[in-house]
Amino acid sequence: MHIVSHEVPLVWYLILSAVLFCLGVVGFLIKRNLITVFMSIELMLNAVNLSFVTFAHQWHEVKGQIFVFFVMMVAAAEAAVGLAIIIAVFRARSTLAVDRIDLMKL
Amino acid sequence: MHLILFIIFAALCLTGAVNLLFQKQPINSALSLIVVMTSLAVLYLLLGAEFLAAAQVIVYAGAIMVLFTFVVMLLNAGREERTLGSRAYRTVGFPAVAAILAVIATSFIKLQGFGSARIDDHITSTADLSAVLFTKLLLPFEVTSVLILVAILGSVALARKGDAEGREPK
Repeated sequence: MHIVSHEVPLVWYLILSAVLFCLGVVGFLIKRNLITVFMSIELMLNAVNLSFVTFAHQWHEVKGQIFVFFVMMVAAAEAAVGLAIIIAVFRARSTLAVDRIDLMKL
Repeated sequence: MHLILFIIFAALCLTGAVNLLFQKQPINSALSLIVVMTSLAVLYLLLGAEFLAAAQVIVYAGAIMVLFTFVVMLLNAGREERTLGSRAYRTVGFPAVAAILAVIATSFIKLQGFGSARIDDHITSTADLSAVLFTKLLLPFEVTSVLILVAILGSVALARKGDAEGREPK
């Protein structure tokens, strides 16, 4: 069995994107700082982008890459608005700990 | 060659993501997220997406993460305190994450007829991309620019001082 092949199965890319996505979900669950929770969301978006690019490569389809382009633009808009909300929350509560921002908690 | 590059940058991705989870300081998490995004750009290049690799570095690692580091510095976010949180995320959250990973991974492994990537594969050039983007998908592209404009206005309105009538705070 020869190991030294010069190609990588595309499934490995997909597995990598699944693992990155789950690491993002774990970060979303265990991080206690509003900004790092937001960073975990960005990590999940990136993981999904990787699988989009992989599928676009598999089927020689340009539209998959264009979808990633749109995801990037929406992520930029989302980051700007989200960070503005974080600044507004910090101004109102003077904390970034998600445990203390519990006004909407049941 | 492709295999070596893939292993190096996939490992960088994973270590960056794990480091994001274990760092206490938000600024260190932000820097490790930049590592993840930059190595993802290399992976995009390996998959023949040259425009997206450039856009990943410029938009994500450049613009978005600079915004994040600015906010971390502006709010002077220090060490995050480790609280246990609710018990719900330990009893429901982690098994759910493991289940999600298992389901996604098995469905990927069972994919039939999936090819492999080589270093001399075709490259989707920026011209190919823009030929579709500016003809068939012109309307979504223009709508996205409106979205960006609304996002700029919204973030300015949210982040500035003062109340809704524009009065300065006392």
